[in-house]
Amino acid sequence: MNAIEILGLEKIYNAGFWRKRSKRALRPLTLAVDDGEIFGFLGPNGAGKTTTLKILMGLVFPTAGTARILGMELDDPRMKAQIGFLPEQPYFYDHLTARELLKYYGQLSGVDPKQLSRKVDAALEQVKLSNSANLQLRKFSKGMLQRAGIAQAILHDPKVVFLDEPMSGLDPMGRREVRNLIEDLKANGKTVFFSTHILSDAEALCDRVAIINQGELRGIGAVPELTASVHGKVEIVWQGAAVPTGIRSMGAQCHSAGDTTRLILPEENQDTALEALRRERLRLISVVPVRTSLEDYFVAQLGTAAKSEVVSSELVTDGHNRLSKQ
Amino acid sequence: MNNRILHIATNTFREAVRDRVLYNLIAFALLMSAAAVLVGQISIQIEKLVVINLGLTAVSLFGIVIAIFIGIGLVSKEIDKRTLYTVLSRPVRRWEFIAGKFFGLAGTLVVNTIFMGIGVFAALAYVSHHFESSDFGILVALYFIILQFVVITALALLFSSFSTPIFAPIFAFWLFVIGNFAQDLRTFAAMAHGTTRVLATAAAYLVPNFSALNVISQVAHGEPVPHRLILLNTAYVLVYSAAVLSGAVMIFERRNLK
Ligand SMILES: Nc1ncnc2c1ncn2[C@@H]1O[C@H](COP(=O)(O)OP(=O)(O)OP(=O)(O)O)[C@@H](O)[C@H]1O
Ligand SMILES: [Mg+2]
Repeated sequence: MNAIEILGLEKIYNAGFWRKRSKRALRPLTLAVDDGEIFGFLGPNGAGKTTTLKILMGLVFPTAGTARILGMELDDPRMKAQIGFLPEQPYFYDHLTARELLKYYGQLSGVDPKQLSRKVDAALEQVKLSNSANLQLRKFSKGMLQRAGIAQAILHDPKVVFLDEPMSGLDPMGRREVRNLIEDLKANGKTVFFSTHILSDAEALCDRVAIINQGELRGIGAVPELTASVHGKVEIVWQGAAVPTGIRSMGAQCHSAGDTTRLILPEENQDTALEALRRERLRLISVVPVRTSLEDYFVAQLGTAAKSEVVSSELVTDGHNRLSKQ
Repeated sequence: MNNRILHIATNTFREAVRDRVLYNLIAFALLMSAAAVLVGQISIQIEKLVVINLGLTAVSLFGIVIAIFIGIGLVSKEIDKRTLYTVLSRPVRRWEFIAGKFFGLAGTLVVNTIFMGIGVFAALAYVSHHFESSDFGILVALYFIILQFVVITALALLFSSFSTPIFAPIFAFWLFVIGNFAQDLRTFAAMAHGTTRVLATAAAYLVPNFSALNVISQVAHGEPVPHRLILLNTAYVLVYSAAVLSGAVMIFERRNLK
């Protein structure tokens, strides 16, 4: 079964009170997340990640399209009792202590009152906030708030957990803890859907990732599948500062540092480059394949223009025209 | 009441208490004691009249100010601060949130009014040393004041649910002032002709009728409040607030959170 199904979601924000300016945050976006997988939702700033999550949580309404979670409509309370959500830069009732906040949220989620205390303590323990449990949230640091946010997202033992940039604001220890926590959730059969720009986290954790840009899906699949399609690169290092003309003409960038020169170029040019070095009798130090990372794929996907780019530029020029007429 | 509404109401009450809203009681207590002492020195005949008048008016004004200033922020502040995200992503329907907020603030005001009412009676006991049966009217006046708070709370929630209001407190306060002249507005409407009549009538019935809810001077003079008025006012406030709250829910149900 699909834990999450997104069917052609579209969102156009109407900004400006007097003069309506519209901003297209999602062009029809369609994707499905399987039950029990860790799914990474990647994209640059302003790509529409938070917008997608807010629509799924019923906080904003889509301009068009629908989505289902656990096979149920977005406004179904039965479904909402089974999901957890960590918003971006979470902020909570700051008159409450962490423990009171979690109790309150547990009550709203319909947690059995007899188990509430135990669940609250367990969640606090999981995010390492037990020592600050009785501190008012207004006295929390950014990272502590983030931890409280994660605690409230998993408190009621939800089946699907949505996390909007879960690692943001956390120290290195905290990031590792959250990574472990996400893996534990998966081990317990939960589905995790999280947005991030930290590609190494996505690479390490996700069963599958989706990359969106300007509200549009640019790629989806398991990380090895995606990166396989990107051509590899190699790093060549040799002694001396001399650069053979053959290499210069390939347009590659060389960096000389001290007694060595370093060059990174696409795999297919490797032989030609080595040939050139041999001809000049330069002393080769190393040839190392540069692992293609999700980052390369990410950058490659953002570089390619999608079909609807035209629409977006129209929208932009439209906005500019209107602005310049003012 | 359903559990979620109760929990939201309780949290709203707790927030008000922790934000030191009940501290207004200290100011009120000071005002009442000062009034009792001063009035006791000025005259013997009218001191009771003055204490009741002043006391009840203060109860009403203190409460109105609290109702407006907290009420206006009930929804808009939660949208601005994004505290709503983690509430509405739970099995809480939007109307339940509005209802919970409403009962939470109304409850806060009831508790506040009970304490102030005790203060008024204490001041009264200080100046006149005994109670008469006509003093029962003070309880009715206090009940009507609570009914006013219910209406104001509903209106504040309505304003709070459609935007981040800057002018809303001023607007709500004016509505309160005009509402106190609702009776005069109706009389005026009855005398007017043509479009003026239509507009005045519409305004007269849209504006909350606070003049019917104000029996302070009657009570101060020891005049009894007709039982029928108690019933009518209760029914009126229930219907009026329910209508206003439905409006707030309808707006809030459609709202995109920022
Ligand atoms: N309330 C709003 N009104 C108008 N435009 C908005 C609103 N919220 C978001 N947008 C626009 O929608 C687009 C997508 O925003 P969104 O917050 O979904 O991006 P994101 O992928 O979460 O970015 P980030 O990585 O920076 O968090 C952006 O261009 C943004 O300007
Ligand atoms: Mg975002």
